[in-house]
Amino acid sequence: MINVPSTIKIALRALRVNKMRSMLTMLGIIIGVGAVITMLAVGTGAQRRISEQISSIGSNLIIILPGSTTAGGVRMGAGTQPTLSLGDAEAIQKECPAVMHVGPVLNGVGQVVYGSQNWSTAVVGTTPAMLNVRDWGLSGGRPFTSDEVRSGAKVCLVGQTVVDNLFGSVNPIGQSIRIKKVPFTIIGILEPKGQSPNGQDQDDTIYVPVTTAQRQLFGTTFPGMVRIIMIKAKDAGQLYAAEKQITELLRQRHRIGPRQDNDFTVRNLTQTLQAAEQSSKVMTLLLGAIASVSLLVGGIGIMNIMLVSVTERTREIGIRMAVGARTWDIRLQFLIEALIMSLIGGIFGIIIGISGSELLSMFAGWPTIVSTLSVVSAFSFSGIVGIFFGFYPAYKASLLDPIEALRYE
Amino acid sequence: MALIAARDITKTYHLGDVEVNALRSVSANIERGEFLSIMGQSGSGKSTFMNILGCLDKPTAGSYMLDGMDIAKLDRDELADIRNRKIGFVFQGFNLLSRTSAIENVELPMLYNGMPAKERRLRAMEALKVVGLSGRENHYTNQLSGGQQQRVAIARAIVNQAPIIFADEPTGNLDTRTSAEVMELFVKLNAESNITIVLVTHEPDIAAYSKRVLRFLDGVIISDETKAL
Repeated sequence: MINVPSTIKIALRALRVNKMRSMLTMLGIIIGVGAVITMLAVGTGAQRRISEQISSIGSNLIIILPGSTTAGGVRMGAGTQPTLSLGDAEAIQKECPAVMHVGPVLNGVGQVVYGSQNWSTAVVGTTPAMLNVRDWGLSGGRPFTSDEVRSGAKVCLVGQTVVDNLFGSVNPIGQSIRIKKVPFTIIGILEPKGQSPNGQDQDDTIYVPVTTAQRQLFGTTFPGMVRIIMIKAKDAGQLYAAEKQITELLRQRHRIGPRQDNDFTVRNLTQTLQAAEQSSKVMTLLLGAIASVSLLVGGIGIMNIMLVSVTERTREIGIRMAVGARTWDIRLQFLIEALIMSLIGGIFGIIIGISGSELLSMFAGWPTIVSTLSVVSAFSFSGIVGIFFGFYPAYKASLLDPIEALRYE
Repeated sequence: MALIAARDITKTYHLGDVEVNALRSVSANIERGEFLSIMGQSGSGKSTFMNILGCLDKPTAGSYMLDGMDIAKLDRDELADIRNRKIGFVFQGFNLLSRTSAIENVELPMLYNGMPAKERRLRAMEALKVVGLSGRENHYTNQLSGGQQQRVAIARAIVNQAPIIFADEPTGNLDTRTSAEVMELFVKLNAESNITIVLVTHEPDIAAYSKRVLRFLDGVIISDETKAL
């Protein structure tokens, strides 16, 4: 029975009559919604940047470095002495149930020559499993096979930066290049991956079979030596288990006594980044919560103005009641007025919030992401604020005594 | 059955510790189509009586039947519905919405009974024509003279085809000539549309337009005269 379109019309007229006042009241909501959206955009942007970094190095990643060795009581730094071998990698794959993929790495820098072009790049000797460890696909060609690893074939996968620097418009697949004067055939191109968390160009690399790297490119201090082993755990929950299993296995394989230090270091790459992600998530929530307070203050502004409005319009309420307005007709009239103010404020707040985020990323260089969810929730929150803070004034208006309201001067 | 049947209506106000008996056991019947004045000095209880008859207020004791309905049993919203469908009000101070056009003022009662917008507009135009304000539909009420404003209020009172109009000192803010015009309008509505009119006034020459006069003094009716035709 309640006539909503007319009620909306009445509310809009009432708001127009007090233009300045309505606009100032809306300003509270505009600032509130704008602040919520901008703050969430800043937080989400930071969060996204971190998770991009996580996914670019691969998820659930563990890295094993050759450890500090002790020579005559003098402890050397991590990685000073190679202690890891292909055998270690194979054993981890076989015996650690929490481990999914294992990628041994023997790497170095090498000069690469194609025709008249040359380029210096990071050459990584590894196994096909490495692509799974790093979640790295190919944009063309094929990965090398286990057979090619076993036989030490002279095949390689090249990163995008290498392709750009050596080949220009030529299709590199099938071409022959020389890495440290050894001829290799390109069989695949690695997908572009962008920067690593510490700013290195991950695409400036060439993958070759680890055996080829050992025999032809870098040499080894002992047979089967690798510099590091990268490992992908089955899932995030198994990271800790995988670490433990690997440590136990390697201590056994390297014959390390119970009182001796490890000659290797197991590092959980994802964990640190996940901790960073977690803290940025908390940060986002915190920023959003602080901004919501301003939205709440805006809501109190609405309540304040609505109370004034109800008092000023007591006579109008009396007239409406005399001609037959029921409790909910009056209540709805004021509720809709508050709701319209908060929703219009919400719409302008969204515009301000989105442009604010744009400006921040443009001028301050912060990565900002305005998510649909943040816009929708800020808008609905403003609506809820309008209803919540509009209810008391509307309730008060609806309880007026018609006779007294009619007499009100 | 009388349109209005009030029995032993009592209204007591409490002002602090003091009890004020605004009405003491007042009874009256008003038939459909009557043109009745309620007279009395201020404080005599005439306005209180009208507010109760107009369903704006409830009696402390007594029974009130309006068009066969027991008003005492109705709640706030049901009273609002009765006011909407059965009663039109005309006040001394006009009580129109300011900064609102004449036609929207007249449409106001129909906002609260679910009438479609188109029909609202048509009926409001019709009512304004009856009170002689055709062509002024879109004037804002503050652009109209006192007499015109009161006629907008009358249009608002009749637009829902209510059988009764309660007019509380409708000419109190008007000059003699305009008062006469407004009273002629009431006479016309009473005669042509058989609308029952209950007028509260303290001016004898205004009461003279009506066919029956109730006089109040200190919360009781002291005389009930019907004019000989």
